[in-house]
Amino acid sequence: MDASLPAHMRPERSFQGFILALQRFWAEQGCVILQPYDMEMGAGTFHPATTLRALGPKPWNAAYVQPSRRPKDGRYGENPNRMQHYYQFQVIMKPSPPNLQELYLKSLAAIGIDSAVHDIRFVEDDWESPTLGAWGLGWECWCDGMEVSQFTYFQQVAGFECAPVAGELTYGLERLAMYVQGVDRVYDLNFNGRDGEAKVTYGDVFLQAEREYSRHNFEVADTTMLFEQFKMAEAACKKYLDAGWQKNSESGKREAHLMALPAYDQCIKASHVFNLLDARGVISVTERQSYIFRVRELAKACGEAWMHTEAGGAA
Amino acid sequence: MPDLLLELFSEEIPARMQAKAADDLRRMVTDKLVAEGLVYEGAKAFATPRRLALTVHGIPSRQPDLKTERRGPKMGAPDAAVQGFLKATGLTSLDEAKIQRDPKGDFYIALIEKPGRPAIDVLAEILPVIIRTFPWPKSMRWGARSGKPGSLNWVRPLHAINATFGLETEAPDVVKFSVDGIEAGQTTYGHRFMAPAAISVRRFEDYEAKLKAAKVILDPRARKDIILADARELAFAQGLELVEDQVLLDEVSGLVEWPVVMMGSFETEFLAIPDEVIRATIRNNQKCFVVRDPKTGKLTNKFVLTANIEAADGGKTIVAGNERVIRPRLSDAKFFYETDLKTKLEDRLPKFEQIVFHEKLGTQAERIERIERLAAEIAPLVGADVEKARRAAHLAKADLLTEVVGEFPEVQGLMGKYYALAQGEDASVAAACEEHYKPQGPGDRVPTDPVSVAVALADKIDTLVGFWAIDEKPTGSKDPYALRRAALGVIRMLISNNISLSLWDTFSNSVAIYRQSDNKAVIAGTDKWLEGGKQGESVRETLKRIAKGLGASGLQEFFADRLKVQLREQGARHDLVDAVFALGGQDDLLMIVRRVEALGKFLESDDGKNLLAGIKRASNILGIEEKKDKRSFEGAPEPALYNLSEEKALAKAIDEVKAEASAAVAKEDFASAMSAMAKLRPPVDAFFDKVRVNDEDAKVRENRLKLLNEIRSATRAVADFSKIQD
Repeated sequence: MDASLPAHMRPERSFQGFILALQRFWAEQGCVILQPYDMEMGAGTFHPATTLRALGPKPWNAAYVQPSRRPKDGRYGENPNRMQHYYQFQVIMKPSPPNLQELYLKSLAAIGIDSAVHDIRFVEDDWESPTLGAWGLGWECWCDGMEVSQFTYFQQVAGFECAPVAGELTYGLERLAMYVQGVDRVYDLNFNGRDGEAKVTYGDVFLQAEREYSRHNFEVADTTMLFEQFKMAEAACKKYLDAGWQKNSESGKREAHLMALPAYDQCIKASHVFNLLDARGVISVTERQSYIFRVRELAKACGEAWMHTEAGGAA
Repeated sequence: MPDLLLELFSEEIPARMQAKAADDLRRMVTDKLVAEGLVYEGAKAFATPRRLALTVHGIPSRQPDLKTERRGPKMGAPDAAVQGFLKATGLTSLDEAKIQRDPKGDFYIALIEKPGRPAIDVLAEILPVIIRTFPWPKSMRWGARSGKPGSLNWVRPLHAINATFGLETEAPDVVKFSVDGIEAGQTTYGHRFMAPAAISVRRFEDYEAKLKAAKVILDPRARKDIILADARELAFAQGLELVEDQVLLDEVSGLVEWPVVMMGSFETEFLAIPDEVIRATIRNNQKCFVVRDPKTGKLTNKFVLTANIEAADGGKTIVAGNERVIRPRLSDAKFFYETDLKTKLEDRLPKFEQIVFHEKLGTQAERIERIERLAAEIAPLVGADVEKARRAAHLAKADLLTEVVGEFPEVQGLMGKYYALAQGEDASVAAACEEHYKPQGPGDRVPTDPVSVAVALADKIDTLVGFWAIDEKPTGSKDPYALRRAALGVIRMLISNNISLSLWDTFSNSVAIYRQSDNKAVIAGTDKWLEGGKQGESVRETLKRIAKGLGASGLQEFFADRLKVQLREQGARHDLVDAVFALGGQDDLLMIVRRVEALGKFLESDDGKNLLAGIKRASNILGIEEKKDKRSFEGAPEPALYNLSEEKALAKAIDEVKAEASAAVAKEDFASAMSAMAKLRPPVDAFFDKVRVNDEDAKVRENRLKLLNEIRSATRAVADFSKIQD
């Protein structure tokens, strides 16, 4: 931890200071610090900086905060730590460096978790995303019995083998910050690190949103429109994918793709719309599988397109 | 003789894989050594979260020399053959070959000596192959090398390989090899946090000792002993008792290299949650042990955690941290439990209409409805109150929809019981909510309360009949719906509760219920069972009348096979089981078992042994004569043709025994049936003593053979004695 920081910027006092400390740490490891992707998504993994950049041979090191929306996890602001909107901090390094575990432990030190007094453990947890056609092996990282991060070596994304493999770290920011700040209710987190009048809590920023969105997600979200949006996103994704392929004029073989990113946006959209429909309880058990399958097919097609682009293709 | 030390140092290996991996490593290395002619004295393997280690001691320093003889061409053979022989054997001239005489001529023999190689060279060859082909249940690629084909797969990134070989008295050599860029060496690392520095190791003894000094206990058994002893001690010091849990202990010992056991506590208000839910919460989510008060047997508000570090502050932060995690978990569990209590079990049932049990067997709601009806039919046969059985079947699955069971599937059934009691259900009805799942496996308790038994039987038979009807039977090792377990459960319940019940009738009732509920797949699947049904006859009447319908389903046979396996496992002679099954038409499992028992006892007595001998003799004679005459000797003998008193005596005894034995069998008194059988022994013995079966008069002979046939048929009242081995 940087001792020169003013009190209101210290990670154990300030939620934003906590985020800034992580960003600074990973910037020093050579990561590009991105800003959140400007679309609704269920996890930082959906950000094209992870899903698409994990594919292909080119090195890639990035870190970013991603607001994550899980409509089903909404609790109208009444649960101390469950929310339909929260922050993930995501790190992706391709190829995975040999000292990724050490880097991770150092990042914990940077946010005030001292491995001499805490019990930090790597507990088996294999990761799989059926909607992204992705899986990897790794751990959930425990600090004193609490899961604080997810650590994954991606093996496959969008149905393609990762070559080379990327290492992915996901920090549950609120939970970690609650631990470091010593509060039991997420809404009590000190957001800006100030005291008295100047203090802004997490609840000041997000409690009203949790109430409103829980109502929206569970009770009011327009399902007719959402069903329609799903179809439209799916169709648009396919359309952009088709339009993006550049074929060899003689053999007709697909050689390059010029629109993988816009197509993938529609896949992200379809996935989030599906999550909203799911929260509204209008998708039956059997339909659920088929929706997941449809999103996965989009993700796979986008992955294939990406691997024919400049950033995703052969070096 | 020299020893091998091998260590594979990696990132954290999943706890559940460690024991098997250590075992696989030992097996693969020692098998390969033996195959290479290197017979070792002993081997031990160990695992911690970050390493697999193996020591093999007493390996010969070289392979033995290998001498082989190779036969070459005849003396005077063409030059081409001679040159070929020399080339193949490496000899420079025929002078180096021996000559062997043989009736076909004189042949050249080459003696080839293949000198053994140094063991260290053999190791350098076999170890990389073993590492590359190691059977991890799941493995992965990592790092820059994973971009190229052929990169190493390991359970998690592998960082170092240590391999040394040498004598105790000397500095050992490093076995020189590398795998995917990792060179074997002799440098390992201690505890991740407490002693991360590099450690130079020579052989197993200093390796294990240096690791211990670097806060790593290599032997998983030693780690388990420490955890268990310390956990018991901590509980005992407070007058409490550790709730021991072998599976949890195995897992926890695979999560630490240096176990440090500590005790934490939670708010007593959480003790309002059922003990099993507290335990599931703390065990599954936090991998901690719970603690009970030995006086009451109830849990207390303490838990025992195992950390991987001697923390600078003595563990205060770690205990406080774990307490902070456990609190919201228990708070969630309490919330779930209290929420569950607000809804009556029956009010949850409509939701089952939306949940598919099996695509062809319908929704959970339909299944529950069938189980209710079948349980009501079974109830009187097992001494259960019909209304209670119906009620229990109605509610038994409802807890699947509760929050607590959603969170902790292992307390399904148990929560049903608690919620049923809480809403004031009858004790038997509540018990059945839990017990109807039992027995889950061969070691599980069998329900005894009649209401539980009725629902448990109905549940299992509904499943078995349904899957049989849609032709989803277990094959080989595949039994996705656990149908073998269900059948074995039915068998154990009937036998241990002394329930006499016709399986055919019960299956018929289940088929009828499926068909009445208009289940299309089952109707289609069972139509063929009903072929031969009469006009105006109900499904169950048809099935009961033409038992062959159900016979064709194969379900009966499936039960017979399960029963045989079960009886054999309990030590019953399989030939006796076969002798009883050979009678055919048996569908009362309890009666079959009783017969086998009575038969076993009878055959231990002198009467039994001699009678068996007599029956066998009769059968043998009959067999020979039947073959000779190409006919059987069925039918009643003609009394007028008896001309010896022994014949008359035997005929009379047979009539009496037949009557007595069938009467006893009708009363299910197999011991008396056997005693009746025993009465056959003197007249049978006397008959064979005095009577010549193959009389010159063909009519007398035929009549005597018919009499022998009667012995056989009389004894069939209890078993087919011809299946019994001497």
